[in-house]
Amino acid sequence: MSFWRWSGFFDYLTNPFILGGVATTIWLTCVALICGLVLGFFIALMRRSGMAAARGMAWFYIWLFRGTPLLVQPIVIYTALPQLGIRFSVVQAALIGLALNEAAYLSEIIRAGIEAVPEGQTRAARALGMTERQIMRYIVMPQAFKVIIPPLGNSVNGLLKTTSVTSVISMEELLRRTQVLIQEQFMVLELFAVAAIYYLLLTTLWDFIQRRIERRFGHSSSSVALTEKR
Amino acid sequence: MMIEITGVTKYYGQFEVLKNCTTHVDKGEVVVVCGPSGSGKSTLIKCVNALEPFQKGSIRVDGIEVSDPATDLPDLRSRVGMVFQNFELFPHLSIEANIMLAQRIVLGRTEDAARRQTIELLDRVGLADHATKFPAQLSGGQQQRVAIARALAMNPLAMLFDEPTSALDPEMISEVLDVMTGLAREGMTMMIVTHEMGFARSVATRMIFIDRGEIVEDRPTEDFFSHQQNPRTAAFLGKILHH
Repeated sequence: MSFWRWSGFFDYLTNPFILGGVATTIWLTCVALICGLVLGFFIALMRRSGMAAARGMAWFYIWLFRGTPLLVQPIVIYTALPQLGIRFSVVQAALIGLALNEAAYLSEIIRAGIEAVPEGQTRAARALGMTERQIMRYIVMPQAFKVIIPPLGNSVNGLLKTTSVTSVISMEELLRRTQVLIQEQFMVLELFAVAAIYYLLLTTLWDFIQRRIERRFGHSSSSVALTEKR
Repeated sequence: MMIEITGVTKYYGQFEVLKNCTTHVDKGEVVVVCGPSGSGKSTLIKCVNALEPFQKGSIRVDGIEVSDPATDLPDLRSRVGMVFQNFELFPHLSIEANIMLAQRIVLGRTEDAARRQTIELLDRVGLADHATKFPAQLSGGQQQRVAIARALAMNPLAMLFDEPTSALDPEMISEVLDVMTGLAREGMTMMIVTHEMGFARSVATRMIFIDRGEIVEDRPTEDFFSHQQNPRTAAFLGKILHH
């Protein structure tokens, strides 16, 4: 009996079951991120709304999702909501849990970005006759984007690893599949090493992409020229 | 009458910034508004295109009531040009794009038409060579001239200037005033908040003096400078003309 079996390690590194888990982790991250961004954007707008009710709702949402353990949120969605007659599949519950949580954090990042754009910019755009929606789209968001990108990148890095919490509701992402194999084969260290390598690979890859995005939008604003058609 | 301000009163909380202000700007007139800082002059000009709301009174621009909730404000504002103290060019857009954007998305002009207008106006403010630069690459005076071109690109009925030279280094003031003088000579209707009394004297048809939210004096330029009716106006002019 040896402590570390290289053959097992290499087998798992290319195991289709594990690779499938990696793929699931990637698309969970992507879908949760996109849903989180869209939802987070609207929550950010609500927090800045003139209507006290909208502000209150947004505040409550952020308070709820940032104030309760992330691990618990998918569990509640998957196991507790059926008691109210609301049933979701594992995939749905995992995605909803991740997206709702992500939206709470992203909305604060987006709000900070919007608030970093000086009020005078909005005033000038308004004086030119732009509607509030046009101002958001052509003036505020392109400028807010620069402020949003660095924390957004960190958030994506976190999300790549956070997807692992959905393993508690048996979502078959990387961690869950690693655990399944561990229970069959007992090569605990080798399997966790394989999982760690894939998580590191994903986060490293993302760091690389993030740096490219930051370089593109960070120091030359010239790339955001007005090329869009009406 | 292009701009008709009647009995406008505005509060910030308890503080009365504008007290029952009444005046007007006729078509082709150049009206300069002056007064001590905090007197409400900038607030008044911002009320004209509804960037600031007011509680009482009425402002009509080309016959349209600004404070009427039914008024299409974006449409009204697109017909009144405004130039700000801090230029407020859009830093993420090139000079050209700054001037083209509202023409495209507000007026719905074609790219060609918007560009033609842009080139013409840049030429007119003496910045034809700078079309593809970004605002941060220009001096304050140049940025303010672009801001004027951006407002003119909408073919406005009237232009509002809110202390257009107050944020500029002294050597850049004249290049901006020259552009404004040119506009005035061509008959543009203008309402200008400024401390540049020499400029006011040469281009204004009427002078308004505001102090503590009240229009204290509202008279033809020559009259205004030769003999002030109100001691507050005389005191203000004494302070600002003496150095």
